[in-house]
Amino acid sequence: MTTWHGYLKDEGRPPSWPYPILFEQEQEIDTDVLVIGGGIAGCWAAISAARQGLRVALVEKSDTVRSGSGGPGCDHWCDVPANPLSRVTPDDWAKHMADRPYCNGIGIQIQCRENYDTLLELEQMGGKIRDTDDEYVGAEGRDNKTKFMVSPRYGTIHSYLPDPRMNEPNFNPPEKRNNVVLRVWGSGFKPILKKECERLGVKVYDRVMGTSLLTENGIQGGRVVGATGLNSRTGEFMIFKSKATILSTAGAGSLWLMSMELCGFSNMHSRAMAGDGTIMAWKAGAELTRMEGTGMVMIATGLKHKWYSGGGDASYENVPIVDANGKRVPFPIQGWVDAGAMVPTPEVSAKVHEGILKGEYELPFYADFPSMPEVERKATWNLMLGEEATTRIIIDTFNQGGFDMAKDMLQSYKFLEGNSLPQWRDAGYGGGVLVDWNLKTSLDGLYAAGTQMFAPEDHSHAAATGRYAGRKAAAYAKNIGESKVSRDQIEKEKARVYAPVKRSEGIEWKELHAGVARIMQYYVSEYRTERLFKMGLGALEKMEKESVPTLYALDPHKLMRSLEDISMLEYAKIIIHASLARKASSRPLMFQRIDYPTPDPPEWDKFLTLKLEKDKVKIGEKPQAFWGDMKEQYEAHNKDYTGVHKGK
Amino acid sequence: MSQKELFAIPNVQTPNQPVLFNPDICTGCNECVEVCPIDVYIPHPEEGRPPIILHPEECWYCGSCANDCPCPGAIQFNWPLQSRGYWKNKKTGEIGQL
Repeated sequence: MTTWHGYLKDEGRPPSWPYPILFEQEQEIDTDVLVIGGGIAGCWAAISAARQGLRVALVEKSDTVRSGSGGPGCDHWCDVPANPLSRVTPDDWAKHMADRPYCNGIGIQIQCRENYDTLLELEQMGGKIRDTDDEYVGAEGRDNKTKFMVSPRYGTIHSYLPDPRMNEPNFNPPEKRNNVVLRVWGSGFKPILKKECERLGVKVYDRVMGTSLLTENGIQGGRVVGATGLNSRTGEFMIFKSKATILSTAGAGSLWLMSMELCGFSNMHSRAMAGDGTIMAWKAGAELTRMEGTGMVMIATGLKHKWYSGGGDASYENVPIVDANGKRVPFPIQGWVDAGAMVPTPEVSAKVHEGILKGEYELPFYADFPSMPEVERKATWNLMLGEEATTRIIIDTFNQGGFDMAKDMLQSYKFLEGNSLPQWRDAGYGGGVLVDWNLKTSLDGLYAAGTQMFAPEDHSHAAATGRYAGRKAAAYAKNIGESKVSRDQIEKEKARVYAPVKRSEGIEWKELHAGVARIMQYYVSEYRTERLFKMGLGALEKMEKESVPTLYALDPHKLMRSLEDISMLEYAKIIIHASLARKASSRPLMFQRIDYPTPDPPEWDKFLTLKLEKDKVKIGEKPQAFWGDMKEQYEAHNKDYTGVHKGK
Repeated sequence: MSQKELFAIPNVQTPNQPVLFNPDICTGCNECVEVCPIDVYIPHPEEGRPPIILHPEECWYCGSCANDCPCPGAIQFNWPLQSRGYWKNKKTGEIGQL
């Protein structure tokens, strides 16, 4: 039997913990560049730093081979204006992308300037980025010379919403498309990146979670000189000494939700995304920003259908959506006709909803694969869904289950399953560490890349910024002397880390997660007021004071989860501190306050920053577009950039 | 009926068992144990046997274990009942489901 209870029944005892238990034992690693988080950004950072000839250590909570949101795959290499088919220049496209309040112009400029080079390097490593097997000859967007497959996405503008010009005559003709997004075969990318790390001599520490950053003399706000970690299989304590450290972990993916019994982690983020990287930076004194902005959870939460398994979502790849009687439903489908738009406007959604109630459209809706030309159908089903994170397994199981894309229409769960509750929100986007043009944080020795930065973008952004941060951190490490870590700081962290394994009763990690999630649902959700924020903060502080000291963990895995939950609690507090500080509503931040209802008053048109100074929260601010002229700044900081890597 | 002792066992922690192993095909190589980003599995104490599903409720259904399994057919992905998708044959109107 392969279940735990099956084993117990057959063997008469539960299985023993399969790994050696090394609680409190120390392993010390000395490195030039330390990368924490081995997802897309982290792997690229490690590769890029190792190419500079430095000693690099990569710390990954899971196994680098498939970890991170981009671990299982990637179908779109987005915003790659330097590709030869593009009709926009990298600087122009970056400027267009950055024409959104509270974005990250630094990350965007790096993405637009360098992600094509990054893609070509991926190809050198063995990644498939072109239709070299001629499987999709004749598909719209396929270029016969380069064999690149252009995606409809961002055909006219950088938006998921339709271009307002959409229904005008001659909208989005082939000769005028931006061609800034390429379809790629990304299910192979992550194993290739791990292999390249190992080939370059990067020391990869899998199943190790970072728990804290070490600062010079243990002082908050001091130069970062290393980190501590915990092996989640053995419980071993890891001490990393480094000259430069790159944080490439991610945000807290499930802060408002805890529904594991109904596959609560069946969303776009795994539970490993617990915000612990952000909290490490925060406790060390790094400045964060955009922490008050949160998004709605629009996708599966365990109470809804798995994302992509229904046509309503698979349709986001050029598949027409029809009602139960075959009538076309008028929302965008990320196709050529709508220039890649994939989200209906609220007006269109309301119209369809009304149409359903009046009988104009009959549920359920379907993704009409059979109506598509064969090559387009294949491009959607095999290439896009087959190569995207977490969708490959879906198409495999549908194929095995008898679904025939030439004959069958896939059911859509849009509308049928209802909307997400307004109390289900997502901190996974937007909030993060403040960076400068070197992707350095506000702390010396500490860099950030990918989703760890404020206002991140997508896979190619993570790759390009990781590669960039690796380069910059390596340059810093080359010019800095040996670092000295504080033993006192290590001892304090050890005491904190191992506290839960010294108990066997109290509360377990799941309860802490559920408790934090409920506080966020009550006090930091649809109804936002000073009073509710303060009540939320009070409730979190009470939980921290009374419940966290009773957390127990029975093995190293549960200890990791416990530490993640403690991070999530801290993350929740930061969100409330930031929310209290912004005394105004903001539409781009999806931050509506009842006590300050006017959206985006000019005096609040700015980033709020937060950091800890002597353990007290300090609020600051930065103007919109504080990064200056993107083209000029990029060029001033990258005079030595040599483009696509050549050599070993 | 087995005469073995009946244990007092808490309810299974989740209604979902993310995968089904075929013990005739699985060689117990533990590739899935290594690629799983969140340690849903532990190796079976006895070498050569399929792993034990220890943390099914932490699975985020990324599919990496099944995708990377070197023995085709050893792991069958097992969508929870509440997540088994439907389709309809366009010509006949017949409904299919996973």
